[in-house]
Amino acid sequence: MNRFVLVGAVSAAALLGSTAISNAASVEVMHWWTSGGEQAAVSVFAEEFEALESGHTWIDTAIAGGDASRSATLQRILGGDAPGAAQFNISRQFEELAEAGLLLDLTDLAEAEGWRDFIRPDAILDVCEFDGRIYCVPVNIHSWQWGWASVPAFEAAGLEVPTNLEDFVAAIPALQEAGIIPLAIGGEPWQHNGALGVTLMSVMGLEGHLRLYRDRDADYARSEEVARGLEIWREMTATIDDGAANRNWNDTTNLVITDQAALQIMGDWARGEFALAGLEAGVDYECLPGPSDDPYLDTGGDIFLFPKQNDPEVEAAQLEMASMMVNPRVQALFNNAKGSLPVRDDVDFSLADACMRKGLEILSNPDRVFQGAGFYMLEDDVQRLNDLWVEFSFNRDMSIEEAQERFANIIATAAE
Amino acid sequence: MSGAAISTKPAAGAKVVVEPAGPKPRKLTITRIGVYAFLVISAIYFLLPLWVMLVTSFKTMPEIREGYLFNWPREFTFEPWIKAWATACTGRDCNGISPGFWNSVKITVPGVIVSITIAAINGYTLSYWKFRGSEIFFGILMFGAFVPYQVVIYPLIIFMREMGLFATLPGIIIVHTIFGMPILTLLFRNFFASLPEELFKAARIDGAGYWQIFFRIMLPMSVPIAIVAVILQVTGIWNDFLFGTVFAGRENMPMTVQLNNIVTTTTGTREYNVNMAATILAAAVPLAVYFISGKWFVRGIAAGAVKG
Amino acid sequence: MARRRIKINPMALIGLTPMIATAVGVFVICIIYSIVLSFTNSRLLPNFEFIGFAQYERLWETPRWLISVRNIWLFGFFSIAFNMIFGYLLAVFMDQRIKQEDAFRTIFLYPFAMSLVVTGLVWQWIMDPNLGFQSAVRNMGFTDFRFSPLTNEATAIYGVIVAGIWNGVGVTMAILLAGLRGVDEEVWKAARVDGIPTWKTYLFITLPMMRGAFITAFVLQCVGVVRVYDLIIAMTQGGPGISTQMPAVFVIQHISGRSNVGLGMAAATMMLLPIIVLIAIQQYFAWRSRRRAAGIGAAVATLPQAQGVKAS
Repeated sequence: MNRFVLVGAVSAAALLGSTAISNAASVEVMHWWTSGGEQAAVSVFAEEFEALESGHTWIDTAIAGGDASRSATLQRILGGDAPGAAQFNISRQFEELAEAGLLLDLTDLAEAEGWRDFIRPDAILDVCEFDGRIYCVPVNIHSWQWGWASVPAFEAAGLEVPTNLEDFVAAIPALQEAGIIPLAIGGEPWQHNGALGVTLMSVMGLEGHLRLYRDRDADYARSEEVARGLEIWREMTATIDDGAANRNWNDTTNLVITDQAALQIMGDWARGEFALAGLEAGVDYECLPGPSDDPYLDTGGDIFLFPKQNDPEVEAAQLEMASMMVNPRVQALFNNAKGSLPVRDDVDFSLADACMRKGLEILSNPDRVFQGAGFYMLEDDVQRLNDLWVEFSFNRDMSIEEAQERFANIIATAAE
Repeated sequence: MSGAAISTKPAAGAKVVVEPAGPKPRKLTITRIGVYAFLVISAIYFLLPLWVMLVTSFKTMPEIREGYLFNWPREFTFEPWIKAWATACTGRDCNGISPGFWNSVKITVPGVIVSITIAAINGYTLSYWKFRGSEIFFGILMFGAFVPYQVVIYPLIIFMREMGLFATLPGIIIVHTIFGMPILTLLFRNFFASLPEELFKAARIDGAGYWQIFFRIMLPMSVPIAIVAVILQVTGIWNDFLFGTVFAGRENMPMTVQLNNIVTTTTGTREYNVNMAATILAAAVPLAVYFISGKWFVRGIAAGAVKG
Repeated sequence: MARRRIKINPMALIGLTPMIATAVGVFVICIIYSIVLSFTNSRLLPNFEFIGFAQYERLWETPRWLISVRNIWLFGFFSIAFNMIFGYLLAVFMDQRIKQEDAFRTIFLYPFAMSLVVTGLVWQWIMDPNLGFQSAVRNMGFTDFRFSPLTNEATAIYGVIVAGIWNGVGVTMAILLAGLRGVDEEVWKAARVDGIPTWKTYLFITLPMMRGAFITAFVLQCVGVVRVYDLIIAMTQGGPGISTQMPAVFVIQHISGRSNVGLGMAAATMMLLPIIVLIAIQQYFAWRSRRRAAGIGAAVATLPQAQGVKAS
């Protein structure tokens, strides 16, 4: 353990000791971690929290689906029945809550423990900061830019596992011939959004991404690269299986695990499902960063925020929970189960598998790390983009030119 | 303001028991066979889902994967039922759907009593103790029967928060009382209006007051309509999903909400047999009410389908 | 009416307090509050920064809303039309002195006792292409059989309609059957004397006479259609894509997860409009028929059968 971590932990303990008369409290935690791998991960948090000396209780409220869970959380905050802690994605979604004073201010704890010193990259703590105060805890780093390939499926079609999407598109006919679903995807809008975003990124690269979202270069939305990305998407999604409607992401991952499907484009949380199924990376399945020969990874992830409670005992327990979540040992256990990367680099990586090491290697090169569109654009405009991509993906009558035109229009009119 | 469309309902429903008015049946003809064929085919369409739910809930997952949807289970298993009731998980909570069942009981019983009591008083007052303006309020209430819930749900959340009732048992009961009130009030108002007025006048002459007349005379007489109201409210409140998700809170989460949570939560593959067992369990109470109450139910829905 | 009391009995006022509070508090104040918020830029929490009709302008440029509106018309048209036709057919066939009438009625009506969540889940399961109806039929040897409406964005809405009809058609049948039985026996006798075929009697004579029952069933259907929420959540969650989005779902999404209360309330206000129009039309007809009834003679209104049918 690094020295500063130790110092941080001690001072945090001192801080907590001074504010709380260490009474046991119950903290309700709302999250959407309901798949097998995710449950294993959230159990780490729950068990570690309940193992704390103060004898707190973790009350688990899991609601399947990020949208449904966030909606329920926001409804309850609105109704004055906020949970003790709630999972969110890294985004600017909760700024309004912080502004209205509904969230517990974690700044003192963060300073005492020195979060700024060990949480990296800086950007993921930046989203928790509002008016110079810290209102949330980042617990992991997730990247969307991964492909998950079934090695036996490609073998059955007599093919090598491709490393980029152009090769994959070329492999589709052979896969179909062999009776294998080429692209595994579920019908939920966010799966289409996410995978389409990954496809665009794999074609455009970082330069294009920045031109679009950071520089708001609407002309680039009309470019050849974007057109090619959308074409690839159309080709990949032309062969979606019948069972896709309503299928959630982990059931979809299961198609790859059981070799019924060849490839799923899904964030690195899918790794937890492969691990849980006892599959070995590089043998049973292959993880493809990018999926591209020139891969970039974004640093999204999950955060927890702690809505204010009137009870000082609960507040103390909330702070202890926040502190527990960034504890190096808990970070190692949690992220290993979850398939994500820890928010600090001083944790034990001996458990990391081949895929995780691939990811760590890419993330260690700052030139290969990028921020998603949500970093540059407001939630409202991100939703407009999402709506466009969902419509494009499901409405095959929409031409690529039309999609590009509307894409350009959103980029041009997005709020600063 | 209620208008003919709603007001005709109780009367229309009550006539269901009347003899068929159609032409006298002749001997077994082609037409006759056609009539039965149509009815039987329709009956199959209606029964199919119930059949599918039942057989699926007793099948094992491997058998389900074979895709013989309608077949009788080869291997009978009660495992899915036990799991659905007691051990199915949402997140780290693995208590099945049983807590939701008891929560629904906790919401439905007081919800039915409170909403019907208030509606009976409303109907009684609107029939015998009208005052200037009472009809206007009733008119507004009737308008409320048609308002999409989504229009008022946000202000209601804010209101419940201010009253400290959001996510509490009294809170969800009040919400059900509010949204059940238009149709129930109409039901009782029409019923009381149909009673002979001499009854009321005689009681007045005997010096009985507002509450005395209500409890001693009107309430005992309104048993038939109260049964209809109870059926209506039990099924309505039990089957509610939207208010349950928003207003009930974690502690009182009703069965429909929990059912949806269990069904949408999967680890690997969907366990359709467990889902179907849970679905039947969630539908069991209103179904039982339906099968037991028979014709009363028909009157109830004819009267109250406005509630949606 | 004789029952009207001029003086307000204080007890009556107390007794009616919950109703007055609900009528004014919920159905007046809450609705006004929602409408007011639709002119603000409220996100999750209410605020009163007025921005005119900007939310409405944006609403009608939002694909998600436009699809919701298209869907509600599609869903409304088909489910109400099928409901009425199928419901009337069932009622007519049930009217043929069927021995097992009670059994058939029980079967046609039981789905209504099921919640829309249950309805949605069951039909989603039946429409699952790999394990549901499609695979069952294919296993019988029809290997090209296709029935998977929910997997295709163009057909998903029809899948929802089938489930909705299953749930609600029994009610329409019950109301229309009651209407049929309410038709005077003399009408039938007269029709038979004139030698009019049965089907013609049902179509051209009794059907127009049952306008009241049809209007009742129609209004019930309309109210149900505008509110459709649970069915979508349980069955498709608005998908595939946003192809089965509905206005009610749109509103709930925007007052919570999407944190745009202003836009959500603008949508809610738009949902209120057709209801107001519907009530206005219905009021007009009620007013007209009252006038006509007054012309025919007040005697009709005092018939004992008129109990409980008085328009307020």
